[in-house]
Amino acid sequence: MSDFVNDFWNMYVIVIVLASILACAVLLIVQGKATFTPGKTMGHVWDETLEEYNNPMPKWWSWLFVITVVFSLGYLVLFPGLGKFPGMLKWSAVGQYEQEVQKMDATVKPLFDKYLAMDIPAVANDKLAMEMGKRLFLTYCMQCHGADGRGAKGFPNLTDGDWLYGGTPEKIKETIAGGRQGAMPSHEALGAETIKDLANYVRSLSAQSNVDVARVERGKEAFLNGDCIACHTPEATGNQDVGAPNLTDKIWLYGSSEATVVETITKGRQNKMPAWHEFLGDGKIHLLTAYVYSLSQGGSK
Amino acid sequence: MIKHEQIEKNVGLLFILTLFVILWGGLLEIVPLFFQKSTTEPIKGVEPYSAVRLAGRDVYIREGCYNCHSQMIRPFRAETERYGHYSVAGESVYDHPFQWGSKRTGPDLARVGGRYSDEWQLAHLMNPRDVVPESNMPAFAFLANTKAKDTVAIDIEEKMKVLRGFANARKIPTYSDADIKGARAAIGDMTEMEVLIAYLQGLGTALGTMK
Repeated sequence: MSDFVNDFWNMYVIVIVLASILACAVLLIVQGKATFTPGKTMGHVWDETLEEYNNPMPKWWSWLFVITVVFSLGYLVLFPGLGKFPGMLKWSAVGQYEQEVQKMDATVKPLFDKYLAMDIPAVANDKLAMEMGKRLFLTYCMQCHGADGRGAKGFPNLTDGDWLYGGTPEKIKETIAGGRQGAMPSHEALGAETIKDLANYVRSLSAQSNVDVARVERGKEAFLNGDCIACHTPEATGNQDVGAPNLTDKIWLYGSSEATVVETITKGRQNKMPAWHEFLGDGKIHLLTAYVYSLSQGGSK
Repeated sequence: MIKHEQIEKNVGLLFILTLFVILWGGLLEIVPLFFQKSTTEPIKGVEPYSAVRLAGRDVYIREGCYNCHSQMIRPFRAETERYGHYSVAGESVYDHPFQWGSKRTGPDLARVGGRYSDEWQLAHLMNPRDVVPESNMPAFAFLANTKAKDTVAIDIEEKMKVLRGFANARKIPTYSDADIKGARAAIGDMTEMEVLIAYLQGLGTALGTMK
């Protein structure tokens, strides 16, 4: 793109380019006139005896230069190069890119349209769709959720059938398209002892080892009287509407050790699932939803 | 007319003429770029680096991230499918020097901002293999042990003043006195890790996550 601040630079480029080509042509013509005359040298002598004949260039070589001059002029007529002049072909890098994208979009659109018309469980049973879904997953999702979808500390396992925000096709799609923002607040104000009590109570719910019974009792009271129940419910089974995990199962996003649970309660957790709709569009999100759904249903079939 | 012999026997003249021949292409291919709007003006949404991100950028440069990560998405479908909208020159106008890089051992980072959560960035920098088992990126856990104000931000005001000079020369928006005065307070006790993550999270967001 040539959007010079003023027209001087447009002329600057045009004049220098054309002058350079012209100079090359002139040099070719002048040098083409050199002829070999036996005995006649360029007139200078080095190291007492070293002299130089004025030999013409080999013909094939000077023809290569002629071709270069002709090619460069042809190029400048067809392609951008002379200042603001866009060239007869109107070629541009962005234009070529857009053509490439359009061509591929036209190829894959029927494929995506076909799957968009099917519901998620049906897509999840389509072998080809799952191949595509897997490739998409490996490109966009594996960095956090792992190549096998089993996640990592802080990044949910998608294969275990346990869901923070719900595992219905609609909910999975909503999560991928719009992202999610974890919102466990910090509870440092409760004090270290109460937090330890709470951690023991919470760990006892899923029968973790090394639980202090006295702390469990105190922790239960703190849990039911504190704001924990607002998200995790009094039964501690969580609430998928706000992404509050079920505390009674053995699935732990950040780890189940007392130290980790204490850290979670003390500092809170604000992990984030980015939104993908703007980047990926409907077709890819539909396939990814089906793929993730299939992972939770025991893997792609 | 200058004769062969005069040039060949006069080192000074030979030097100047050689230099001229070498510079000729640059005069044409480089100099006009300084006078193009698309290469000198920020696109909408691109702002001067905040003090925090500027410090993070210096961590990025110091650690040589550019050796393995480019920040240049080329206009090819295969690249935009993975990374997002291709890079445009107006995104790099506040980069001195730019971080386009020339080699991808790791992925391109031009649009990594917002692509992952802060927690992911932290876990990944602490030990990349915790989140990407196949990764061969070195761990940068030590960044969490140093306060930015003791290293990369030790002369943050001076850096901002220099960058303001560059921006003023091109008449593009830049830091105010208040920005520079508040730089140290903005960075506070942040670690090198935190400022680096702040830098990464802002990369390429002017064009959003669109393709």
